[in-house]
Amino acid sequence: MRIHQGTFSFLPDFTDEQIEKQIEYILRNGWAVSIEYTDDPNPYNVYWNMWGLPMFDLKDAAGAMYEFRKCREAFPNHYIKINGYDPSPMWQAQRVSFIAHRPKEEPGFRLKRTVWSDGRVQKYGLEAYATDRPEGERYR
Amino acid sequence: MTQAVDSANLQALLQETGVPEVLEHLDRELVGLAPVKGRIREIAAFLVVDKLRRELGLEATRPVLHMAFVGNPGTGKTTVGLRMATILHRLGYIRRDHMVVASRDDLVGQYIGHTAPKTKEVLKRAMGGVLFIDEAYSLYRAENERDYGQETIEILLQVMENQREDLVVILAGYKDKMEQFFSLNPGMRSRIAHHIEFPDYGPEELEQIGHLMLAAQNYYLDQAATEAFRRYVACRMRLPNFANARSIRNAIDRFKLRQARRLFEQGGQVTADDLRRITAEDILASRVFAECQEEGGEHAP
Repeated sequence: MRIHQGTFSFLPDFTDEQIEKQIEYILRNGWAVSIEYTDDPNPYNVYWNMWGLPMFDLKDAAGAMYEFRKCREAFPNHYIKINGYDPSPMWQAQRVSFIAHRPKEEPGFRLKRTVWSDGRVQKYGLEAYATDRPEGERYR
Repeated sequence: MTQAVDSANLQALLQETGVPEVLEHLDRELVGLAPVKGRIREIAAFLVVDKLRRELGLEATRPVLHMAFVGNPGTGKTTVGLRMATILHRLGYIRRDHMVVASRDDLVGQYIGHTAPKTKEVLKRAMGGVLFIDEAYSLYRAENERDYGQETIEILLQVMENQREDLVVILAGYKDKMEQFFSLNPGMRSRIAHHIEFPDYGPEELEQIGHLMLAAQNYYLDQAATEAFRRYVACRMRLPNFANARSIRNAIDRFKLRQARRLFEQGGQVTADDLRRITAEDILASRVFAECQEEGGEHAP
């Protein structure tokens, strides 16, 4: 099951040229690019691992693409997203975030039912099948 | 491969890119430097031809554009670097008309593991344009084999080789030190296509530069001051720490200070012309003349 998080996630996967164009868009707006990766696809997992520091004062997408390729080389079976952070006053927040790379196979999520208190209450939750295994071994 | 065009007008193509404008600008803005300008024209012509060959479908690998600028301080290396970035941009060899100037401090780290991220940071910032490394010879310190500069050089070489379409590197520095740097780093030498030498300026050229600088700031020298300035240049050239155009620029800043002081001391009304004019008095007050006299006295034949 393909996970849908962030911008463009209902589109087919981007090619490298398309990713580069998106990074160019981010830079054209004066935002900072950062790259993050994870192998825990739960939508509530907002703290992905940072691949290096956010790249402020880049002029061209080539620098960010260089880091993205390095990240993909190191984590071919992780989710990798590219973020655009707007540092201008009043915003100072992330303006763009899209998944640029994902594992080949995404097993999806199980609906987890938990009996709560004395058995009269059911709680539901989502759990990724992949997270059964420890970090780093989840996708292959 | 399309064969839509099988002939083209070189001149027209050159005009179209707007490169002649940049070259003219370079001619107007920079006094002297004939060999440098010649080389730049050569490179521009070559790149236009190369571009045309591509358009006509003649297979060609991307030319290596990394350069070395060698010359004494104040001979215009940085300025030419900026123009070079514009030329390469107009010809479409770099995507952005920007140049990042870096020196050893920006590239080499302080401790183990600090250098690589620091160098990469600068490289990423420069990508798409030109990276100008000032005093590049200082990256390599022969006396200390564990110097982190070596790591920077290795990363640089790798990027210069693998990401030629993303980055053009210009290494700048003094002639003898750069020679030594290249002989100790043969890998670096072989990856640099154009070695451009910046000659020192002659006295007339320096004078002309001075006049240009003054004109750009809305000042001028009167008759006597022009004469004094000629003597000043001749003296300054003989003193140690002479840095070509940079020394002239500093001298002009001091002339301006003295002019301001003179105007205050003289009091009363000043006209617009007074504010623009620099007199012989402003120049002759320089300590350069005194030092020059001493030097001359000692070494007089």
